[in-house]
Amino acid sequence: MSAVGEYFHTIWLAVSTVAIGMKITFKHLFVPAVTLQYPDVKMKLPERARNRLYVNIDDCIGCDQCSMACPVDCIIIETIKSTPDQDLGVTSTGHKKRLHLPKFDIDIAKCCYCGLCVPPCPTECIVMTDVFEFSEFDRKNLIYNFSIMTPGDIEVAKEKLKKAEAEAAAKKAAAAAAAAAAKASAAAQPAPPAATPAPSPKPEERTPGQNPQPGTTTTDPGEPPEKS
Amino acid sequence: MDALQNMGLWGSILIAVVLSALPIIFILLYALVTLYLEMKVAAHMQDRLAYMRTGWHGTLQPFADILKLLQKEDTISSEADRKLFILAPYIVFMGTYAGFAAIPFSSMYIGSNIDLGAFFIVAVSSLVVIGILMGGWASNNKWSIFGAMRSAAQMVSYEIPTALAILIAVMITGSLNLQDVTKFQEGGIQNWVIFGGTLPLTQKLLLIPFTVVTFLILFTASLAEVNRTPFDLPEAESELVQGFNTEYSGMRFAMFYLAEYANMFLVSAVAVSLFLGGWSSPFGSVMSGPVWGLFWFVAKGMVLVFLQIWIRWTLPRLRVDQLMYTSWKVLTPFLFVCIFGVGLILVL
Repeated sequence: MSAVGEYFHTIWLAVSTVAIGMKITFKHLFVPAVTLQYPDVKMKLPERARNRLYVNIDDCIGCDQCSMACPVDCIIIETIKSTPDQDLGVTSTGHKKRLHLPKFDIDIAKCCYCGLCVPPCPTECIVMTDVFEFSEFDRKNLIYNFSIMTPGDIEVAKEKLKKAEAEAAAKKAAAAAAAAAAKASAAAQPAPPAATPAPSPKPEERTPGQNPQPGTTTTDPGEPPEKS
Repeated sequence: MDALQNMGLWGSILIAVVLSALPIIFILLYALVTLYLEMKVAAHMQDRLAYMRTGWHGTLQPFADILKLLQKEDTISSEADRKLFILAPYIVFMGTYAGFAAIPFSSMYIGSNIDLGAFFIVAVSSLVVIGILMGGWASNNKWSIFGAMRSAAQMVSYEIPTALAILIAVMITGSLNLQDVTKFQEGGIQNWVIFGGTLPLTQKLLLIPFTVVTFLILFTASLAEVNRTPFDLPEAESELVQGFNTEYSGMRFAMFYLAEYANMFLVSAVAVSLFLGGWSSPFGSVMSGPVWGLFWFVAKGMVLVFLQIWIRWTLPRLRVDQLMYTSWKVLTPFLFVCIFGVGLILVL
């Protein structure tokens, strides 16, 4: 193209492309707005949207798995073992509740909304909801307390556990004394194996609610007589 | 007018003050409307809604904006040239406002019916350049001075196409007085200068291509004159941190803003007076008269203002070299051709 041709071609391009652009913007003048008037109109969030955490405390068995899964440690759970005379009921999924929950706190300000706490829950009581408007003026208000126990309830539960533990300890001491006596008598008479007194502490140690991890209970009492 | 002159010296001074204050009332009202219009047009062109919460569809937003600007702290940086810094916004606004003096709003109202109206507007509105340079220089901020320099370069070079385009309209109408120019175009849309004015039919038909091109060039050049997109290099937010008015705040900033908006209408008013029949009704004698005249004038002006807004939200900013290319290598030569063509047709 000659220089003159290019000159006029450039001008033509400028004018025509400006016209095209203006046509487009003019058309958009009459296109309905794609935005939402947010506080008045809200967008429907997807079904699996991960926002504020919610804990259905009635279903919680205090297994602490959500707290362990949390990468930012925003879930803090404290538990008190229940005594055999207490019946804490059953969760909606059929799990027996064995622990009191004096504290189930989620610091939502720390939460990173990863959702890793949700799948480990055996009773599906911790879920992510679609609530996302929960700003606060005071940061302390962002620590959510899900526990429904009153300080009085907690006192009672602690007292009961103390009592039960004391009873168990007394029983254990008695059993140990009995075992020692049996051993002493066995030492006087030859032949009976050392294994006989060993099973005796087992049932005493297994008082309900004292230890949620059964592995330790079985190994612990078995060992001391072996060593001695 | 005779009755007014009988009121003695004080009476005539009072009348003069009242009459000269009328355009500023118009400018303030117009600025409120245009502020709103600009944001609404911008939003709707981008499929948004803009203000929705202040009043019905955000109609009170301009008032809220002004209230905010009034309340803002007026800061002047310690290293600034205080006198010039304070003076600059007034000079900018004064340059614009002085231009309104020669604008015929209606057959009954023109601030000053001077014979060199069009020339006066071109001359006095270049005062804006001085104000902008002053503001940029006095801010003692390198981005401000960059913006001011760009503005000066741009406005000075675009004054040439503007003046040449005005010259073409003046050649056709034979007067620099905008009231006379408007009267020349009375009698309906076919008599507007953009359609050849009130000349014999053959001359009109020959003139139309030239006048249409001239009008488009005048409009383009006026965009550059008022520093609006796509020629808004002096205010390039991304490159210059808002340009010459970076250091300004509160009412002084508002003054620049008001001047920009007033300038938008001023250039539109000049284009309307020269090419689109001014205050004359597009339907001949139907709906004509002083009040209808004002309506038509403002309506035509607002159409051009809307066009400026429309362009702003369509086109990106030009590069500095493209800006100069457009002015010196495209608009000016085209106008020379137009002047030659129009002159030839008028002589025939």
